[in-house]
Amino acid sequence: MSNSNDKPLKKVCIICAKGTIEDVYAALVMTNGAVMEGIEAKLFFTFFGLDAITKRQMKKLKTATIGNPALRMPGNIPFPTLLGALPGVEAGVSAMMKSQMEQLDIPPVDEFMELITAGGGEIYACKLAMDMFKLKREDLCEYVSGVLTIGEFYEMAGGEGTQIIFT
Amino acid sequence: MAQKEFAGHMVDVNEEGYFTNPQQWNKEIAAAIAKEEGLELSDKHYAIIEFLRNRFISGEALSIRSINKSGIVDVKEFYALFPGAPLKKSTKIAGIPKPSSCI
Repeated sequence: MSNSNDKPLKKVCIICAKGTIEDVYAALVMTNGAVMEGIEAKLFFTFFGLDAITKRQMKKLKTATIGNPALRMPGNIPFPTLLGALPGVEAGVSAMMKSQMEQLDIPPVDEFMELITAGGGEIYACKLAMDMFKLKREDLCEYVSGVLTIGEFYEMAGGEGTQIIFT
Repeated sequence: MAQKEFAGHMVDVNEEGYFTNPQQWNKEIAAAIAKEEGLELSDKHYAIIEFLRNRFISGEALSIRSINKSGIVDVKEFYALFPGAPLKKSTKIAGIPKPSSCI
């Protein structure tokens, strides 16, 4: 599969700026996958992505039922945008997403972060977005190693074989 | 199909060194593979290997999460016991196919 001249990936720095279930999980799966492969991994949450590491919000992530043309009902029926606007629909769809994920043995957000950090992966929050959303260090969950400026993030991203991935 | 000798036994392996026939495995072979990977197997290693093999034989998927719930080790210990890529390394030593799970 890989070319013998390829240099293996040594470090990934993954940025998640959105707070929907699918955006957060894409970043978590990629980070955990890197850790499992023995690749150094740093996960950086910014803007709405901060919901994933905020104690108050991390267990309440949702999938958007509006503005999501790929969202379909069971049986592959298109999901009408107007239906998505009704109260409770977003919560219902999100609960369904979570139960599908549980069936595939995909852990909840906090447990996923426990797996990542136990394996040596590191999770960070963006300082600027924290200031913007008036969040404090104590609002963040225990799995967060620190709050970084963008300059500090780039310092972390040094070294040969490093990739920065914006999800 | 490639063959490789471990502890005096010829076994069938794929191009990545994973067993294609888990029946050919035994504990001495495990120790020999582990040595190639730079590991000395302890009782804890063997307990995990047994867990992995049982899970594989019963057709259940292997994931880091399942290790955490195994009651044998937590994830931190698992990474310490099989440093680097623990699930890949431990399944290779356990003589079972490389896990195809993304988690």
